[in-house]
Amino acid sequence: MMLEKDYIVKLAKKGERPDGRKPLEFRKPVKVEYGVSAKAAEGSARVIIGDTEVVAGVKLEVGTPYPDSPNKGSIMVNVELLPLSSPEFESGPPSIDAIELSRVVDRGIRESHALNFEKLCIKEGEAMWIVIIDIYPINAGGNLFDACSLAALAAIKDAKFPTLLEDYKVDYKTKTENPLPLEKEPIECTVWKIGDQLIVDPIRAEELAADARLTVAITEDGKIAAMQKGGEKPLKEEEVLKIIDIAAEKTSELRKAL
Amino acid sequence: MFKIGNTIALAAVYGPRELHPKHLQDNEKGKLRCNYNMMAFSGSGDRVRPGPSRRSKEISMVTEKALAPVLDLSAYPKAVVDVFIELLQTDAGTRCAGICAASMALADAGFKMKDLVCAVSGGFVGGTPLVDLDYYEEAYEGGSVDIPVAVTPRTGEITLLQLDGELSKEEFKKALEYAKKGCMKIYEVQKKALREKYAGGAKK
Repeated sequence: MMLEKDYIVKLAKKGERPDGRKPLEFRKPVKVEYGVSAKAAEGSARVIIGDTEVVAGVKLEVGTPYPDSPNKGSIMVNVELLPLSSPEFESGPPSIDAIELSRVVDRGIRESHALNFEKLCIKEGEAMWIVIIDIYPINAGGNLFDACSLAALAAIKDAKFPTLLEDYKVDYKTKTENPLPLEKEPIECTVWKIGDQLIVDPIRAEELAADARLTVAITEDGKIAAMQKGGEKPLKEEEVLKIIDIAAEKTSELRKAL
Repeated sequence: MFKIGNTIALAAVYGPRELHPKHLQDNEKGKLRCNYNMMAFSGSGDRVRPGPSRRSKEISMVTEKALAPVLDLSAYPKAVVDVFIELLQTDAGTRCAGICAASMALADAGFKMKDLVCAVSGGFVGGTPLVDLDYYEEAYEGGSVDIPVAVTPRTGEITLLQLDGELSKEEFKKALEYAKKGCMKIYEVQKKALREKYAGGAKK
């Protein structure tokens, strides 16, 4: 493992990568497939980026609005790092990596106001829709942040409301034609720093060799909606600004896959 | 204790001490472990349910990453340094207050450090750039952006950066500049407090 890390760091110094890509090049093609659980979930999608494969599903439930936002619906994002997807993952309660991943994807959607929360309210103070997005890596080959955020957005785009019956009961068997109130489309891009080199879409070995990372969520109008820094080393201000530019460019590339 | 407005953070450092379970030990250097917790009564709304939540686990992790770059734990292989952060009273900006308190507690404990760590949130509320947002500013309906930032004041490097809200790159630059200025002010307060304790008699 150590040897592999040294090799990657050495390559990064020359601007090279183990699979021959350029520093700011995604694995190709980035594929998005809709309705992978069309008979069950309200919305679902699969995202493939190189060896990394992620599925996401949306379920809608009726709940009581929170007292501090009686006129709003809600979302929940959960990422489960399946042992099936990597020898590094173990079953059991969610690890800190799974928690961070869930919360970063959640924030990208929540903070950009991608979903109109007011339109998810059914009756003020009484009933709201909760949009529950569950994301599962099928093969964790690096860059789960970007893959999970893209899968979540794709699953929301794919989703249709089920039929609402009396007393706020839900008929899940009969889907309506109504899509979710999606008003913006935030996509996350994570830029990783190895030595002084910035790269995107790392394979897992590159992630293990990286010093720092910064995830930036960007909407289609180029606005920043969320950020999260990770990794052991600090970032300089000019690096942060450069990363924002890279993320803006890469997210518009990723958008084409939707 | 670190107090910023109505947010009060306490921090205590234990260690270096042996790390259990053993498989987590690092033979090369000691490990930094942070634990962030809000006391049950510390919020102005509902009681906070005690015990770790997804939120507190994430904050513990980003706190660790924010502090790790200034610490040299190579002298303590297989050991752990535990930092416990408790919020006594909260009015937003708690992770930043926790980081400030923890960095001072580490200095107070006598660890070899390259620098202190100062943290504060920058942001935009209703289009106006601000620093150290309080609860009402953060919850402002007309649009609020919250950017917790930690810097190492001597080098100006960023060790914590999160962002919630929506803004352009230009606005972000402005907010970051405000936050960095805020951090420098906090740095002065931190230095003063440490000097008072060690240079000007033991004053708590």
